Amino acid sequence: MDFTIATFLIQDGLTSGAIYALLGLALVLVFSVTRVIFIPQGEFVAYGAMTLSFLDNGKFPATATLLLVFGVLAFLLDLWDNRSRLNAPILLRNVGLNLALPGVIYTLALVLAPIQAGAFVKALLTIVIIAPMGLYIYRIAYKPLADASVLVLLIVSVGVHLAMMGLGLVFFGAEGLRARPLSTGMFSLGFLPVSAQSLWIYGTTIAIIIGLYLFFEKTLLGKALRATAVNRLGARLVGVRTQLTGVTAFVLAATVGAVSGILIGPITTIYYDTGFIIGLKGFVAAIIGGLASFPITAIAAIGVGIVESFTSFYASAFKEIIVFSLIIPVLIWLSITVTVHEDE
Amino acid sequence: MKMNRMASSRRLVPALVVLALLAALPQLPVPPFWITLLNNIGIASLVAIGLVLLTGVGGLTSFGQAAFCGFGAYTTAVLTTAYGFSPWMTLPLSLAVGALIALPLGLITVRLSGHFLPLGTLAWGIALYYLFGQIDLLGRHDGIAGIPPLSIGDYRFMSGSSIYYVIWTFVILTALAAQNLLDSRVGRAIRALRGGGQAPEAFGVNVARAKLTVFVLAGVTAALAGWLYAHMQRAINPTPFSISMGIEYLLMAVVGGAGYVWGAIFGASLVLVLKELLQRLLPDLIGTTANFEMIVFGALLVVILQFARDGLWPLVLRYFPTNSAHKVSPDASQLARRATPPGGTPLIRVEKARKTFGGLVAVNDVSFEVKAGEIVGLIGPNGAGKSTTFDLITGMNSLSGGRILFEGKPLAGRSPRDIARQGVARTFQHPKILPGMSVLENVALGAHQRGRGGVLQSILRLDRTEEAALLAEAMRQLERVGLAEFKDRPAGDLALGQVRILEIARALALDPVVLLLDEPAAGLRYGEKQELAALLKKLRGEGMSILLVEHDMSFVMELVDHIVVLDFGTRIAEGKPQEVRQNPAVIAAYLGGAA
Repeated sequence: MDFTIATFLIQDGLTSGAIYALLGLALVLVFSVTRVIFIPQGEFVAYGAMTLSFLDNGKFPATATLLLVFGVLAFLLDLWDNRSRLNAPILLRNVGLNLALPGVIYTLALVLAPIQAGAFVKALLTIVIIAPMGLYIYRIAYKPLADASVLVLLIVSVGVHLAMMGLGLVFFGAEGLRARPLSTGMFSLGFLPVSAQSLWIYGTTIAIIIGLYLFFEKTLLGKALRATAVNRLGARLVGVRTQLTGVTAFVLAATVGAVSGILIGPITTIYYDTGFIIGLKGFVAAIIGGLASFPITAIAAIGVGIVESFTSFYASAFKEIIVFSLIIPVLIWLSITVTVHEDE
Repeated sequence: MKMNRMASSRRLVPALVVLALLAALPQLPVPPFWITLLNNIGIASLVAIGLVLLTGVGGLTSFGQAAFCGFGAYTTAVLTTAYGFSPWMTLPLSLAVGALIALPLGLITVRLSGHFLPLGTLAWGIALYYLFGQIDLLGRHDGIAGIPPLSIGDYRFMSGSSIYYVIWTFVILTALAAQNLLDSRVGRAIRALRGGGQAPEAFGVNVARAKLTVFVLAGVTAALAGWLYAHMQRAINPTPFSISMGIEYLLMAVVGGAGYVWGAIFGASLVLVLKELLQRLLPDLIGTTANFEMIVFGALLVVILQFARDGLWPLVLRYFPTNSAHKVSPDASQLARRATPPGGTPLIRVEKARKTFGGLVAVNDVSFEVKAGEIVGLIGPNGAGKSTTFDLITGMNSLSGGRILFEGKPLAGRSPRDIARQGVARTFQHPKILPGMSVLENVALGAHQRGRGGVLQSILRLDRTEEAALLAEAMRQLERVGLAEFKDRPAGDLALGQVRILEIARALALDPVVLLLDEPAAGLRYGEKQELAALLKKLRGEGMSILLVEHDMSFVMELVDHIVVLDFGTRIAEGKPQEVRQNPAVIAAYLGGAA
């Protein structure tokens, strides 16, 4: 094998592997805290990339409208849920969280979209638009089912995925979009040219992993999330609000999705349905990690990225087949090593 | 039998009307478009029926059923176009391929917890779709054209309205087969999977095997659908076998009603008609043409699971009252029974049993014995290791040291199912009943290992003699414990005290030598405890041996012949109730005094 080609492929694999790692971590996070297998994770990636690309073209991102729609839905649901005990504080909180917050973000997008602000402002705006969606998706689709079985939650996830993908099609169209990189330019690392964008990807991935680590180790909310993951009922008994930890997990997942979209948008053309496949590759990594281990998931994601980049070079037609078949040996391994496996 | 027919006639009439309507439809001036839609509904129904068995009944899920359709379709396409097979000859081969693919895929996931199967099917559903598009033999992305139509003699089923009859014959036969299967020994085992976890193993159900059976069956019905699809379209390509179709099939099963065979047909009709309408209406509403129906489908899935988790079919059923009562025939043949060992024979011998979890010694070299015809109580404060000892005997947990003998043979290394088969039956501290199933069927589940009827016998109703014997045995046990009047009620309707007695009846249906009861009196009211004690005494009078773990001292003291007291995993006393009551170590352990 040509050494230069190999290093290129490895670099390419690391780049996509880093994205899969972020998504895999978000999936493990959501699953361990809420028992939701979050199929729509990939949609946040597509939304993020497409929002950024719209902003790049000075267009108003339709995701802001979508956020407003989600907010109104959540508002109505909250209103209905509290219909028997409607008082000022509850109403105020409901209006603030579900109407004012998306309203402010919508206005912000309206102001910032046409003026072509800097790349970082656009990236930040993208995150601000996408992240609260995690909150509303949880409120609308999952909160009423918080005590349902993993299986029911999984099927709900598929429903959310279909709806979000369809909405992506309505708002962004069937055309593929590509965002501008955060910063252009190439460096050369010895003989190896490295794009600035891939440095951003590596740096952001590492920063997010460290950030998550600090969050879980050092903050009370992070510890509450870990407690919920270990034992829901136990956490509730010692005063952890499992609704709050659930919401936090979803908002984190949406944020990570949006960041991944910002990172990957400039290097791949994103269609309304691209997010699903990208998210599923995060799943392959998460499954290898048993849907439980953060470090194994991250390492597995890098492996998935590298396998993918090598197969796309040597057997490009079989790329997806090989990547998605990776879980079969893992399932065999888990199946052999597992002792008695109790469902919930 | 006559009674049974009369009872079901109320459903028979609407069923015959629907059947007559189905048969007449193509002869009426119905636009061909609707016939095509009905054909598609029929084919989708077949896949959905498989999913109802898998998801609704068995509690497993697959997103990959479209890929199994693909295997059925490609098998017949290749064999008929390239090798000149006749379409009817490829039918068994298509089904066999479906089964052969499902078998290894099922094998690697049945031992894992529930969510790995759907995730696995999601991944290989995608992989297989891409694979279909890459193989030369399968025509790559162009697929295979020129597939011959089905034919009988010289008649060729070319038109939509002719193959309609073939499709719907298969749909009705498959639905009846599924219905027969559910109402049988194997069907009960599959329904027991929903109870979750390993509990059904303790009353003799092979959980992994039941999961595998239902997964393979779902694969076979999907392959059948694929075979029909290939001969209906007479040209195939990978698109209809993609993951999005797999998701759509699951939607049909969930919308219809995941636990109902006929709900699958209902769900398939609803989804496909809705899709048709949406594809016509939405573009006018939104102004562009694209697959916007997925937004509606996605929202529909979420809303149905939030508000009607059992799907929409139960809402339809409300208008057609059903009679699910099982007739128990009094002259059914009796199942073979085990000989009752003579009183005083040592049955269970626990010798220096030890269980450690890391550094914690949960059970510390405990020894005791259960003899035939006696009730032994295993008591002790919380955390004394009673339940762990119990799990060691029933094989739910493995020994770290020592040994446990049953009728002189060591139990170590045997599975809970195997131990149950030896004649050690148990109940659970948290009752593991199937709330949706009738009381009678719950008990019949206990007799699972005393029958041998398989899938094929059940589908063809060749198992009726044995089934009658199993139900009669269940009825006998219900009469024995005094729950006979509740036999057709859903088990979930019973009060806790009755549920515990139901569990005892189910354990008795195993024809056990020893009954192991895990805190049978926990949570019971005083009157219920009295009834329970009376029942256990009656069983002892009939020669049954019983080991029970219990907290309630007065309940134990007046009932048992022999007591073993555990504290911190160690046996601190043993003997007759009177002796143990006086024992200073026991008093100290219970009252916490520094004796």
